[in-house]
Order: sequence, then C-alpha cells, then structure tokens
Amino acid sequence: MSGGESANRPGQFMGYALPWGFVALLALVPVVFPDPYLLAVLTSAGIFIIGAISLNLLLGYTGQLSLGHVAFFGLGAYASALATLGFDIAIGFGLRLQVAPQPVWVGFLAAILVAGGFGWLLGRLAFRVRGAFFVILTVCFAQVLRMVALNWVELTQGPMALIGIPGFALWWPGEGVVELTRKDQNYWLVLAVTVLAFLLVRQLVQSRFGRAMVALRANESLARSVGIRVTHYLTVAAVISAGIAGAAGSLFAHYTRIIDPDVFLFIYTVTMVIMVVTGGKGTLWGPVVGGFIFGLMPDLLRGTAPPEVQWVIYGAAMILFVMFLPRGIVPALQALLRRRAA
Amino acid sequence: MSAATPARPLLEVENLAVHIGGLVAIADMSFAVPAGQVVSLIGPNGAGKTTAFNVISGYMRATAGRIRFEGSDLAGLTPERIAARGLTRSFQRSSVFAGCSVFENALMALHLRGRAGLLGALLALPFARREEKQLHAEAEALLALVGLADRAARPADSLAYGEQRRLGIAMAAASRPRLLLLDEPAAGLNPTETEALMALLRALRDQGMTVLLVEHDMAMVMRLSDHIVVLNQGRIIAAGPPDAVRRDKAVIRAYLGSAAEEALHAEA
Amino acid sequence: MDQTLQHLVNGTVLGGTYALLGIGLTLVFGIMRVVNFTHGELYTFGAYMAYALVALLQLDFILSLVLATVLGIGLGAAIELLLLRPMRRADIDSVMLVMIGAALVLQNAEMWAWGGVAKLIPNPFPGEPLVLGPVSVLPLRLFVLAVAAALLLGFWLLLDRTRFGVAMRATFQDPETAALMGVRIGWVNTATFALGSGLAAAAGALLGPVFIVSPTMGDLVGLKAFAIVILGGLGSLPGATIGGFALGYVEEFAGGFVSTEYRDAFGFLLIILVLALRPQGLVPAKERIG
Repeated sequence: MSGGESANRPGQFMGYALPWGFVALLALVPVVFPDPYLLAVLTSAGIFIIGAISLNLLLGYTGQLSLGHVAFFGLGAYASALATLGFDIAIGFGLRLQVAPQPVWVGFLAAILVAGGFGWLLGRLAFRVRGAFFVILTVCFAQVLRMVALNWVELTQGPMALIGIPGFALWWPGEGVVELTRKDQNYWLVLAVTVLAFLLVRQLVQSRFGRAMVALRANESLARSVGIRVTHYLTVAAVISAGIAGAAGSLFAHYTRIIDPDVFLFIYTVTMVIMVVTGGKGTLWGPVVGGFIFGLMPDLLRGTAPPEVQWVIYGAAMILFVMFLPRGIVPALQALLRRRAA
Repeated sequence: MSAATPARPLLEVENLAVHIGGLVAIADMSFAVPAGQVVSLIGPNGAGKTTAFNVISGYMRATAGRIRFEGSDLAGLTPERIAARGLTRSFQRSSVFAGCSVFENALMALHLRGRAGLLGALLALPFARREEKQLHAEAEALLALVGLADRAARPADSLAYGEQRRLGIAMAAASRPRLLLLDEPAAGLNPTETEALMALLRALRDQGMTVLLVEHDMAMVMRLSDHIVVLNQGRIIAAGPPDAVRRDKAVIRAYLGSAAEEALHAEA
Repeated sequence: MDQTLQHLVNGTVLGGTYALLGIGLTLVFGIMRVVNFTHGELYTFGAYMAYALVALLQLDFILSLVLATVLGIGLGAAIELLLLRPMRRADIDSVMLVMIGAALVLQNAEMWAWGGVAKLIPNPFPGEPLVLGPVSVLPLRLFVLAVAAALLLGFWLLLDRTRFGVAMRATFQDPETAALMGVRIGWVNTATFALGSGLAAAAGALLGPVFIVSPTMGDLVGLKAFAIVILGGLGSLPGATIGGFALGYVEEFAGGFVSTEYRDAFGFLLIILVLALRPQGLVPAKERIG
C-alpha cells in the first residue's frame, strides 16, 4: 500500500504475468533440477518466507516491532506435532488430558488456532504497552515459551525433542491420500502454502482493513480521529499474523519430523525480521525478496565459511540495510522503476 | 441516544475542568454549540482551546464536568468511538498520513463510510467489492470538493502546506460528521488560501455539518462565526454573536492589553 | 528457616550483579532512548576478556577485571560512535534493529574467535565455602557482591557529585534544554553508552569466574537485564537497582521453593505480569535519576 503497490501500476504484466510466471518457474524447479539438496534448501527457505510474510503484517503494515514472532512459529510446530502424535498429560486435580493421534490436517488447523489464540492474547496484552515495552514484552513471551517447552517434559519431551512426527498427508494425483515423504512433494506443498499466505496478506492489505492498519502506522492519532479502532485492528492483525506463522510452524514440524525447544530461539525471529527489513517492510514482495536472499545465503556460504561467519554477515547486512537502505530493496527498486518510467 | 430536539444544542459542555499535573488548563468552562452553526472558540495562547478540543474529541480526560453530544454523555469514550457517533476533528500539526498518497489518505479518512469486515476483504465478497468501488468514488468526490483531484497520486506529505491543511479538513469531514472540530485551520495560510478555506467551511455547513472552530485569524472568525466563545486562562470571559464579542471590554483587554483599552477610552 | 536465610544470601549475591546489569541498560535507555540489545554481548565480552587476561596472559586477577571493564568501555564507545551516532535522528525501531544486528555480529564473532567450548576463569579465592551459622557462601561470591556494591555506589556518586553526572542528569530530563545550557549531548551519549557497556562488561568479568564462560552466556543475561529494567521502570536508576535485587530474590526463592526447572522463567513471567498490570514499572521512569 504505502510501499507503492497500489500507487505503482506498471500494468498487467507486473501485476499478474510476472508474479504468476515466477510461481510457475518455482513450481518447475523439482522437474528441471531434481537435486534433493537444492529442494531441501528451497523448502526451508519457503517455510521462513511464510514466517516473514506473516511478520510483515505486524512489522510492516501496522508498524509494530514484534520480536517474539518465533513464538507463534514454535507454538504452531508443537501444536501440530502433538496433535498428530497424541499426548497424555496430567492437568491437575488428578485429571489427565488424553488426545489420540490425529490426522495431519487436524494438526495443521490446531497449529493455526493455537498460534492465533496466543496472538490474540499477546495482542490484547501487548498493545496496551507500546514502543520499547512492546518489543521487550514480545521477546520475553517467546523466551517463556521456550522455557516451557524445555521443562514441560511430560508434554514436549523437553530437550529430548519430539521425534517421529508424521509427514504431511495429502491427496496426491495417482496415489490417493499418501504421506508426503519425497522432497519434491514437500517442496510443492510449501510453495502452495507460501502462495496462499501471500495472497491472503495481499487481499487483506489492499482492503479497507489493510488501509486501517497502514493508517494506524502512519499516524495513530489521526487514524483514531477518523474512527479507526486501534486495539481492534492491531489485535486482529496480530491474530492473523500469528495464525500464518503457526501454519509455517506446522509445515516445519511435519517436514523436519523432529522439533525441540530451539524452535523458539530468538535468532529465528531475527532471521524473519532481517528478511522483512531488507526486502522492504510494508510491501507485499519485500518478505519474499528478503526471504530468498537470506534463506539461500547460508547455503551459498556453506563450505566457504563457518556458520558463525554467516551470522556475522546476517548481522552486518541488517545494520547496513537499516542504516543505508532503511526502506528495503523492493521500495528502492520501485522508486527506480518509477524514475525510469517518468 | 435520544433524538436531538430542535431546541437542544448539538454539543453541550458543562462545567468542564481539566487539570494537567497540578496545572489548571481549563478551570470551569460551559458553552453549547447549536446545530447548523459555526461556533468559534477564541482566546490568547494557553487559554485552553486546544485542551478543550482534546477533551471533547476523547484524546484527554476531563477532571470534572460533562460533555454531551446529541444529548448523550461522551465521558470515557475513545476518539474512535466518538468519531463513530458523528463528532470528528482536525489537527493543527501532522494532519495527513505521511508516506501515503493523497488518494489513500482520502480512502483512509472514509473508514467510517465503509463496513466491510475481515471476511469480506479476505474472500473479496461482491458486497465488499461494491463497497470498495463506492468508497473510491467518494474519495474522488472528496478530493474534488477541496480542489485536490489533480494531486490524488502525490504523496500527501509532499503537498504544499495550504494543500495539506485542506486535505486535513477534507479528511475530518470525510465521514460526514454532524459536528466538525477544526483546530486552527487557517494557521499559516495566505489570504487567498484563507478565502478558499472559508468558502469550504461554508459549503460544509450548508451540507448540514455543524462546525466548532479554534482560530487565531480574527477577520475570518468574525466573518464566519454565528457564535463566539472567548477564553482566557482557562475561563470563559465572553460569549455571543461576533458583533457583541467585538465590543466586549474583557475581550479587548485579554487580547490587546490595557494600552488598547486606554485607547478605546480615549476614543469614547 | 535455615533455607530461607541461605536463599536470602544467594539472592543478594545474584541481585547485586543483576543491579549492575540493569543500571547500565536503563541508563542507556533513559538518556539515549536506545533499547540496547548488545548489553548481553558486552557482558559476554567482559567475561572473555577476563578469561584472556587471567588464563592466557596470566595477569593478576583483580587487574584483569579492571582491564576487562576498561576494554568493555572502549567497545561501548566504539559501538556508539560507529552505529548510534549516525542513527541519532532515526526512529527507535530502526535503532533497535541496528542494535540487534550488532548483537548478532558480536556474539558470532565471539563464537568464531573462542570456539563453542566453554572456558573456566581461574580465581585466587579458596574453594571452601565460608560457613556462618546456617548459611554458607563461597568467598568468590562475597567478593563479587562487594565489588558490585562498590561499583553501584561509585556510580551513584559519579551521577550525584560530578559535573559529568550533572550533565547526564540534565540530558536525561530534557536533552534540548541541556543542549541549550551548553551540555554536549553527543559526548554525553558516547560516555553514557561506554559506561553502560563498561558496567555490563564488569558484570561479565565478575560472574565469569563464578559460572563458566561461553559465547551464548549473554543471551539469557541480556534478556534478564530487560526484565530488571522493566521491573523497575524503563529509564529509572533506583528502579533498576531495586529491580535487580527483586529479580535475584524472585529467582532464588521461586527456584528454591516452587520449581528449579522454571527458575529462569520466573523473571520473564514477572515482566509480562508487570507490563500487563503496571506498564510504568515499579518506579515510574519520569522521576529523576540520581
């Protein structure tokens, strides 16, 4: 919106043909380059791009710097894994809560609902406090969840990790309902969910709803004066953002088949933040562009540099982008295109 | 909400007091705004005008007193709720959504004119799409009304100062409120722009909007207002139609100091 | 009862270093409006420098602690000059992002330089605990508490009694007026950040010998420092001191009586509660510092 999506109308080509052509190309990757390593890299990049797309809704459109975003990702991962594995825990007063293993789609829904529910909770809580307080609150929120995951061994197996998580099961052409075990199947699944998440967010931000969010970011007092309900819009944005992140977490759990409390690490939030900030917060394509760059970078650097160096580069890139290209790559490109066109 | 009888003023401010951290911003203020009029709130700097605006529009809490709009109490309502009831305001500074185009600004200001919710937006329901089209049309009409139609694609913060002010007023009026609070709309405008502004305000009044104005430009206040309330140091020192206020000694003293008063006496 | 006393002593020792951490962080926020994500990394840095000086260069223990603090001050000054000074006009979120980037760089540079294996810092104190009736405490921990208390006191005196302290307090209250009165805000900022970093490094150097030194030791500590300043009210010095001790006691008692596993989580739960119920913290930040 304010990043120029609606202001910038370079015609049908940029609007439809290019994005869908891009998706088609991505869909062809497993056919043209059936390299399992490449597919694995792209799949995990895709999962993070979904996370970044969801974060962008909060960070970019409502302007709330949420640094606990990985909490929703992790909640989704655990909710989905636990629903499909089943669990049996004491819930006090001598009662036990037993859940039999559920199909994966139930896990996927559970992930969205649980993460969205916590998003609502955090939204209600956190939007009472703003600015630096909000940021610190979100960081602490993720940290508490990590500690719960580490210590509630009966439910989460703690540091021993949840293992044997089933893969995604879907109807597949010619095979009926099967568990997705092949790299290309998981790749297509993640690609499809990424496209869905993108379309969902696009639909949202280009509506009256999205305008209200951007208005709140641009000038809160003014937004309230024209009747935009702050807490309502911020909370709903938090719920949707958390729900999408939860879906990404679910994909992650059923793709890697194993999750441990480290899914709540701050560093993953930082990764998503870097993707959004470098790509361009508050633009639809920003998280995708940033996500590709930082999703693929670790693997481009692999072999040439130890992982610590990769993170040093991430950190340095973040500093440089914020200092020298604060609006990110996509807005800079759009400005360039506009100048060319004019 | 009880229907406003013709006799009942649109806005009633009764014994309003606002203390900010021990400081008395407004001591005791009572006035009423009858429907269909232009009422001006004037007074020297620090008289409590902007504070009064902030309290009426829900941005600040009153220490004591009551504010009724169409007969119902506004106490404890948030600015957005008050706006939804039909009372909106403009701001002295930062009156537009920076970083957004003029057209987007107009659309954002039309928020209350739409009702499409989350589902409508996500599923692109026919109803939501129809509404969106209608909002676009309204935004265009709004910009045409304030003469900014040809600026629609420009970033709002790149507009000239006078144009930004006009856009700000248009945005406050976008939801077609019954009462419009304008905070120094003429500040920083040149005579031509002020003239255009007055025409705009008259047009808004003729459309049925009641206007409450805080303004320093006395010429404009005198020509435009039906009723004037004069504040000094948090108190009302005079109220009445422009002609009466113009001749009020307390007003002259507050505005021009004793020198002017002496001059007046000498003249008399 | 005996246990309670023991927890009280342990909580005090812990609280002293927490206060040290909190003061540095809250000072930087109060004066510069910067949420300093590198604070935990400066803590780590201090610990590694102490390790390098004591274990590798075989320097005197006390001298090493002093040098580690001085190096922390230097690193802090460098960060301020390189990153924060150019960002003075930027919004608070952008500055936060830059600081997160810097924290990422620092932590991984440390990991790169020192490897992932934890280090031990040798110390000259006897390993036998001092036993006083029902309470026992390691001499090293008493030393840590004493130094932390001395640093806290020294810091208060600095703010209260020196011209520099006056300049800092003036900036805290109203940067624009302070600038008009001839306070050089730029240098106050640099000095503030350097001092805050020095305090973090000192805390790291002090606690390094008590625990072990690892590249990620600053993660939890950095977050706890946030807990402390939120508890006390962001930007309030007395608040940070109280918050530091409060967190020390809460962790110690909750860890002792409620659940050892969730020991570290109590601090964060406390923040969430404080923010939900009393966002301004225990001590409102708008009160004067010093």
